[in-house]
Amino acid sequence: MNNNLKESITAWEPAAVWSECGDGWFTVPADRFRDLAVRLRAEGFDFLRSLTGMDWGGEGFGVVYHLESTATGENVVLRTMTPDRENPVLPSVCDLWKTAELNEREAFDYFGIRFLNHPDMRRLFLRDDWVGYPLRKDYDPSQNPLRMSNEVSKDSTASFELMPDGSIIRQRNVLFDEGEYVINIGPQHPATHGVLRFRVSLEGEIIRKLDAHCGYIHRGIEKMCEELTYPQTLALTDRLDYLGAAQNRHALCMCIEKGLGVEVPERVQYIRTIMDELQRIDSHLLFFSCLCMDMGALTAFFYGFRDREKVLDILEQTTGGRLIQTYNTIGGVQADIHPDFVRKTKEFIAYMRPKLREYHEVFTGNVIAQERLKGTGVLTREDAISFGATGGTGRASGWACDVRKRHPYAAYGKVDFEEVLFTEGDCFARYMVRMREIEQSLNIIEQLIDNIPEGEYQLKMKPVIRIPEGSYYAAVEGSRGEFGVFIESRGDKYPYRMKFRSTGLPLVACLETIARGTKIADLIAIGGTLDYVVPDIDR
Amino acid sequence: MFDFSIITSWIHGWLTSWMPLGLAVFLECVIVGVCLLLLYAVIAIVMIFMERKVCAAFQCRLGPMRVGPWGTVQVFCDVIKMLTKEIITVRHSDRFLYNLAPYIVILASVLAFACLPVSRGLEILDFNVGVFFLMAASSIGVVGILLAGWGSNNKYSLIGAMRSGAQMISYELSIGLSILTIVVLTDTMQFSEIVLRQADGWFLFKGHIPALIAFVIYLIAGNAEVNRGPFDLPEAESELTAGYHTEYSGMHFGLFYVAEFVNLFIISGVAATIFLGGWMPLHIPGWEGFNTVMDYIPGFVWFFAKAFFVVWLLMWIKWTFPRLRVDQILTLEWKYLVPIGLVNLLLMVIVVVFKLHF
Repeated sequence: MNNNLKESITAWEPAAVWSECGDGWFTVPADRFRDLAVRLRAEGFDFLRSLTGMDWGGEGFGVVYHLESTATGENVVLRTMTPDRENPVLPSVCDLWKTAELNEREAFDYFGIRFLNHPDMRRLFLRDDWVGYPLRKDYDPSQNPLRMSNEVSKDSTASFELMPDGSIIRQRNVLFDEGEYVINIGPQHPATHGVLRFRVSLEGEIIRKLDAHCGYIHRGIEKMCEELTYPQTLALTDRLDYLGAAQNRHALCMCIEKGLGVEVPERVQYIRTIMDELQRIDSHLLFFSCLCMDMGALTAFFYGFRDREKVLDILEQTTGGRLIQTYNTIGGVQADIHPDFVRKTKEFIAYMRPKLREYHEVFTGNVIAQERLKGTGVLTREDAISFGATGGTGRASGWACDVRKRHPYAAYGKVDFEEVLFTEGDCFARYMVRMREIEQSLNIIEQLIDNIPEGEYQLKMKPVIRIPEGSYYAAVEGSRGEFGVFIESRGDKYPYRMKFRSTGLPLVACLETIARGTKIADLIAIGGTLDYVVPDIDR
Repeated sequence: MFDFSIITSWIHGWLTSWMPLGLAVFLECVIVGVCLLLLYAVIAIVMIFMERKVCAAFQCRLGPMRVGPWGTVQVFCDVIKMLTKEIITVRHSDRFLYNLAPYIVILASVLAFACLPVSRGLEILDFNVGVFFLMAASSIGVVGILLAGWGSNNKYSLIGAMRSGAQMISYELSIGLSILTIVVLTDTMQFSEIVLRQADGWFLFKGHIPALIAFVIYLIAGNAEVNRGPFDLPEAESELTAGYHTEYSGMHFGLFYVAEFVNLFIISGVAATIFLGGWMPLHIPGWEGFNTVMDYIPGFVWFFAKAFFVVWLLMWIKWTFPRLRVDQILTLEWKYLVPIGLVNLLLMVIVVVFKLHF
């Protein structure tokens, strides 16, 4: 963080305290935080990368905000906290950054922090009848036995407002009126790509309101990580976004290595980059297939899966895993690349390029596909940034949000590739971004595959890994956006708090904005092109 | 060309020789009915097998291969499975309409199926307004689909039924217009007569430009009429799970499924009859030897070959195109197909009046 910014923040808010520990952050008192946030938003910090709820024990509850300015690329980390453990209340920032809306609901769900003026203070992942807040350090799991009753969908929600006399009043906000024709899409529905659930209010075929319900595959991975040693936590990241398994694990390894101050060998960097790109091709091929299937073009679906198989074979030969590879480790990779890896990868590159042309012939050029995708589900650039919709979705709206370009990591600084950008922001742009990214990934692999340096593939690490006290954030470009890992360490062999910046949650958050006023069939096309993966949303 | 009416009149003569006429006719009706249903079932099985193999071929797969040689026994096993499955009734559904719906759909389908002239002398329902009857009978099916959507007490089913109501009623218009174009050309509505008039050339060639336009419109509208891709909105599985038949199981679902496939065959059979000469063999004027050889091929072979060729065309379309959206479907019909169909009808009238056809 540069000194100019540090000085200006201190000037704007004298109560902000700078701490140089790990990444470094400002601590702002809760009553002053809202003013500073407004100021930072006005100064161009328009991208809220991550919002993490925290339980600092005796210091109370708080939130960590990672902000970035898309114009200058500057980053700042803010913390705010409230010492009240009985009734924690913090100001909401969801009017400044729309992505905060779901993230604050998540913080409410996990820690019971109520955000003032947040329009929809419901739990996000857990059931409404859940007792207590599970990520609090004093949480008692025995309060929540397995419930055998169904959860009733509520048609209203609550918000909290601060009165001038200091009291907080609860307001009831109606989500769906009694007369509305509400249909349920998901959690068991062929087009939601997993157990995501929407309640959609319809007028004929036109969508009037949409309410997303998450948490059907919530496993509490962040909570589990707090009781696992660092090498053990690695196993869980692959299970988040299973189509970005390599990248997720890469992010966690990077974050731990950052905390330890370890520099991994070049060979490892190259292998990780190639694996990430193979994974990206795998994911984008699946995206193509599933989009085609959602649109009713089943033949194109099989074409995509036929070619994805080749990627999986390559991954399997080296890592032993097809969907989930568990390949990256702290300070290296699990095993050296297979002797056939280089040859097979090169064969695949030569095989894949003509196949992409075939996809364009069979699906992209089709008049029905064009009619259905062009102009539907437009997400503006401002909204994309505000929602933090990174990845192909953001780039289709004209936002250059590629982490590989913004914060180059591994071998990405050494390769020459184009960041695919479109400006339309509609379904077709989102589709084309991913199709073009497959070509770019092939280019990246082509540049690296012949030049993998010799060396060791795994650094010698200590048997027990302890990260020095502090907090660390590292991000990679996952298959569908920025995947970030935030670790707060107290110097133990367990993380004090580990938070994963979901790539899919912002995509679900922006769905309501995009889909309102479109038809049911468009919702399916929009969902397909947003390309969310549910285990990554629910964690 | 072999005339099947020899066999049918011989049976009639033999039966009336030892029983009263009324009983004989009754017995014949029963035999014809049983034969019709058997043929219906066989066609359904062949169609399902064909669908699976054709779509597999388009998708770089093999399709069913395990049961029997080339998987030929697979569909029979599926039929037995379907017959033995439990029919689950849904709570809060309109029990009567819910159970009635599949029978209406299958009834419409069987009635329309009976109109197809399979070979010379092998027509079941054949009278002077046959085309009119076919149109009327086949449009009963939409009632069944609407009832299924309404009776199921399921929001997906209801949306599917609404879509299919809008779609099928709209596209009936285009089908009617394109068939009417051919009726103008032939000045008869009797199917056997329509086929006989194509002895010297199929209508697709005789009616040249307007007949060709009518054929294309018929294929598009016919595809939409049987709710198949790219017009499969009423059962769009990625949007409405299964549309109007979401809540059906066992043989009730089986009836919808079979009716869908046989309807596809009926649409193709009608296309073959009115555009491609029905059971008439392919004759090329001047090639006498060739024409004699063609005449040796039985009429029903010609009919089924033509019908299955059209089926294959429609399957090709289904397995290539993505699905349309509901407003696009209605735009296509009301803004393009209907005006073109009307103008085409006028064109055909001009062609007929001025004797411009072959």
